[in-house]
This record gives sequence, C-alpha cells and structure tokens, in this order.
Amino acid sequence: MSVDADPAGESGYPEHPPRMGFFTDTSVCIGCKACEVACKEWNQVPEDGLALTGMSYDNSVGLSADTWRHVAFIEQRKPVADGQDQFRWLMASDVCKHCTHAACLDVCPTGALFRTEFGTVVVQQDVCNGCGYCVPACPYGVIDRRQDDGRAWKCTLCYDRLGAGLEPACAKACPTESIQFGPLDELRDRAAGRLAQLHAAGVADARLYGEDPDDGVGGDGAFFLLLDEPEVYGLPPDPVVTTRDLPAMWRRVGAAAATLAAGTAAAFAVAALGGRR
Amino acid sequence: MSESEVTRKGLRGVRPGREATPGTDVTPGTEAGRRPRGRPGRRDGTGRRAEQPMVPPAEFASYYGRPVLNAPVWRSPEIPGYLFLGGLAGGSSLLAAGAQLTGRPALARAGKAAAAGAACLGLAGLVRDLGRPARFLNMLRVFKVTSPMSVGSWILSGYVPAAGAAAACALTGRLPRAGAAATAAAALLAPGLASYTAALITDTAVPAWHDAHREMPFVFAGSAAMAAAGFGLLAAPPGESDPARNLAVFGVATEAAAFERMTRRMGMTAGPYRSGRAGAYIRAGQVLSVLGVTGAVLGRAGGRRDRAISALSGASLLAASAATRWGIFHAGLASAADPGYTVVPQRERRRAHQREQAGTNAQGTS
Repeated sequence: MSVDADPAGESGYPEHPPRMGFFTDTSVCIGCKACEVACKEWNQVPEDGLALTGMSYDNSVGLSADTWRHVAFIEQRKPVADGQDQFRWLMASDVCKHCTHAACLDVCPTGALFRTEFGTVVVQQDVCNGCGYCVPACPYGVIDRRQDDGRAWKCTLCYDRLGAGLEPACAKACPTESIQFGPLDELRDRAAGRLAQLHAAGVADARLYGEDPDDGVGGDGAFFLLLDEPEVYGLPPDPVVTTRDLPAMWRRVGAAAATLAAGTAAAFAVAALGGRR
Repeated sequence: MSESEVTRKGLRGVRPGREATPGTDVTPGTEAGRRPRGRPGRRDGTGRRAEQPMVPPAEFASYYGRPVLNAPVWRSPEIPGYLFLGGLAGGSSLLAAGAQLTGRPALARAGKAAAAGAACLGLAGLVRDLGRPARFLNMLRVFKVTSPMSVGSWILSGYVPAAGAAAACALTGRLPRAGAAATAAAALLAPGLASYTAALITDTAVPAWHDAHREMPFVFAGSAAMAAAGFGLLAAPPGESDPARNLAVFGVATEAAAFERMTRRMGMTAGPYRSGRAGAYIRAGQVLSVLGVTGAVLGRAGGRRDRAISALSGASLLAASAATRWGIFHAGLASAADPGYTVVPQRERRRAHQREQAGTNAQGTS
C-alpha cells in the first residue's frame, strides 16, 4: 500500500488537522433515514419530493443537489450468512466520497470548489456560477446543479460543524453508528477490524469500498463496508478521476490544433500550385 | 450526550449494536420481501428505444437500473451549438488569415465575419447555459490548467475581441494595419479555440466522451475545417474559393478517419454513437459531409451551375459539422443515462487488474 495522501497539505495548508472522513458500515444500517433528515435539517437543503419510488423503501432515488445523504434499499433472495433464511435486505447510506483526487474540484473553472483544512471538498456558494462542469466530472454521480437556484450543491461534510468541533449531522443522528465520523487513518483501522470480524462470522460477502489509497481516485475520504458488489448499491466498481488522463488530452489537443493549422496552410499551398499550372 | 467518538485514545460512547453481526438475530421463516423490479441492469421499459446498441449488453447488476452518474446539465442547443460555432470560428479565422496573406480579399472578409459572428453567438450560448449567467465573469477569477473550461474561457476572452476587431476593420475598410494585427492574433488563438472543446467534454466521467479522448481532438479539428470551408464556399466568389475546397477535403478526411478510429478503439462505449438519436445525427453528418465534399470538388470550374453546386455543398458541409457535434453531445447524454456503460467497462477493467495481480503473485511464489 502506498503512503496515505495528504490532500490538505498538498492544497497549501502547512499546518492542518488530521484528514477527517466517514466510514459507513452498511452491515448495521437499519434504513431509518435519520441521516437524510438530519442532513436536510442542518444544512437547510430544500425539499425535493416526498413520493415513494417503488424501489423498496427508497424515496430519494440517489444523491443530487438536494439529497446529500441517500439511503439505498435492496431486497435479495440470498442468505445474509450461512444457514440463514433465503432473503436479505441491504441498506446503505451513500454520501459524497470527498476523493483524494477530486474531479469536481479539478475541473471547476471559477475556484468555487476548494479543499478544506480537513481534506474535504466544499463548494463556495458565493462564487459558483453554475457552469455545471463538476456534474459530469464526478465519477460517483454525487454533485448536481439545483434547478431553481442554478448553482452546484453537495455534501460539505458539515464544514461548519467541523470548524466548531462537532461531528457531521448525519453521523450524529445515526442510531446504530452505521455512519462513523473521525480521522481517516483511525477509521481505516476500525474498518479493517470490522471486516475481519464479519469474515470470521461467516459473512463472506463483506468488503470495503473506497478505502484503498491506490484506487483510481486515490482513496475516498468517505468509504464504505458493503455486503455485495458496489454496482448493486449504484456505486461504480472502479471509478477513476477523469483528470488523470488530462495531460494526455492536452497533448492530443495540441497535436490536433497543429494539424488544423497545417491543414489550412496546405489548402492554400495546393491552391497556389493549382493556380500556377 | 449520545455522541461517540473515534479518538486517538480509543472509542468513547459507543452505541449498542455497532458490532452486530448481520443474520444472527433473524427470526426463521419470515418471508418479507420480493425481488427488485425488473432484470438488473436494464431499465424497466423507461427510456429504452427499439434500437439497441450494436455491442450486446453484458450481464451486470445495477441499482434498479438507475444511472451511476448524474446526467450532464448542459443544454441543447447552447452546448452542442457552441461546439459547432467554436469550430466554425476557429477554422474561419485561419481561412481568413490565409486568404489575406494570399490576396483573396472577399474570402478573407467572409472568414472574418463568420469568425466574429460565430464566436459571439457561441459565447452568448455559453453565458445563457450558466446556472447564474450574471456571474459569468467568475470564469476569469482564476486560471486552472486542470479545467479545460477555465483554459477555454481565457482563450475566448482573447479571441473574441481579436476576431471582432478583425471583422470590424474588414467590413468598414478602416484601420487596415490594426485589422491585420487583429487577424493575426485571432488566427494564432484559432487552432486552440477549435480543438480545446474536445478536452472540455472528454475530461468528464461520461463514458462515451471520456473513452474517446484520444481521437476526439482530431474529430473536432476536422469538423472545424469542414465548417469553415463550408462557409467559405457559400460566401466567397468562385475565383477565390479554391483554398476552401481544399480545406473541405482536408476537413472531411480528417474527421472521418479520426471518428472511425475512435469508435473502433472504444469498443462497448462507442455504442451510443451508433444508436438512437445520437446515431441518427452521426449518420446524417456522414452523409452530408460526403455530399458536401463531392460538391466542393465538382464545383471547382466556376461556371453558373458550379456556383449553385458550390453554395449547396457549402451549406451541406456546415450542416454536416453541426450534425456531428449534436450527435457527439447526445451520445454522451445517452451513455451517462445507462448504468451499463459505466459498470461493465469498469468491472472488466477491475477483473483484468485482479487477474494481472494474481498472475504476478503466482510468478512470485513459484
């Protein structure tokens, strides 16, 4: 494993608190949606529909400008552990991953998105001009533009509460501590222990998602313990920060621009030759 | 206080149930559920068109067929229109500069007018597409090479005044020296303006755009040449139109070759370019570009009938360039809306990586 990244230090904070994040252990999620409600209340996120979707007990569909915590419900004909009933109900509270290499932050042309001293990624709402570039850049489908407001919104990991020494509203409200908040290195240790505990108990499906600093986004600031493949929960199986390929893209753009200039010059040269004939 | 904390000294205030083992407290015999609706991975009738991608959909799981990505919020016609107009402007500035250097004043005038008009219209579309148009100047708050939109904003902010001044001097006939300088400045920025938009759309997580990043700049450069040649054929007199005809051949050939290479290399994520609305736009663009370039070559003689053919082929080339941009735009939207284009290639990549690791481990132990 590579050395843990220090996104806050790399962003120019010489001295900063430890990188903070979430470890969402979905094996103890009971689907109460207290995190969704607490998030909306604390962050004053507007209401965005109260209809049931027919997707089990899901009524918020996915993360969006107005849903910063989303509880997914999956019903499966599969035993939870050996010797159990042939049915299980997976519940998982999804959130912004606060990537080590954050595509939304990289592509933001105004500097509205920035890295905080806690290593998290936050939108400055007084700067965002709603260009929408961060929306298709995010490999997880997290950030989105609010329709009536025109600006991009997402989880701030309760930047205001962190500054005051409080834990984020969702973690505070979670009754089973499925959502755990803390310094990322501590959370990774805890997650490794929990995974070993579940494997020993015969829950072979248990796996960590987003904890690996060597993955395509350099590891997530908010990572998960899942009981099935990530795509079952609507998560991408192998996300890559799109700007990883940007140096290659710029080289190609440069070559294409040169080709266009050369092609135009050739068009005139050929015309001159034709005229002389 | 019910708060528990992960502290350096260990855990404080842990809530009951946090270490619960799933399945240990299940009452036997409770049959409480049903399967998620529909087959995994295919949306339940919604939004599926009769036309299917040419690559057969692989088996994959998804969350009720919902897309993994959030759909781009960019609107049509503003954004595909800007992709087209940016290309038209960049290509026209180059054509105008060449025409001025080689003594073709009418072609130069037409190119400068097209460049300024297209750039202004494109810029207006960009501002209109912002969620907060009044804050468009925030684009110039910072310069970020990691954001193609930031780089493009700076290119545009240099290009639009230069192209505008060049057109104003050409159309009024005043300040010829300043006009020549502005023409040169616009031509210098033009290749970048015409190609950076490829980085703009491919620097996203949208599968049909991102996976195309190697060839897309060449598709856009060819499309830009095609559009500029088309406008030149429409507007320039027969005696000055030869460079535009040659440029049409170059543009159509470059775009077609790059596009073919791109879709062959991409594999599954090329699917949206062949099916649905995007596929229709792409095919229309291909037909129009062949018609246009044929007319451009045949109309070379400059007779009365040839002038009509040239004008028609010019319009056809402009339409072809626009159709390709619209097709590329809609292919991106279609690929973002289908979780399969996100999940299947990533799963294959992960499997290949795991196989590779297993291979090196086996080699290490033997």
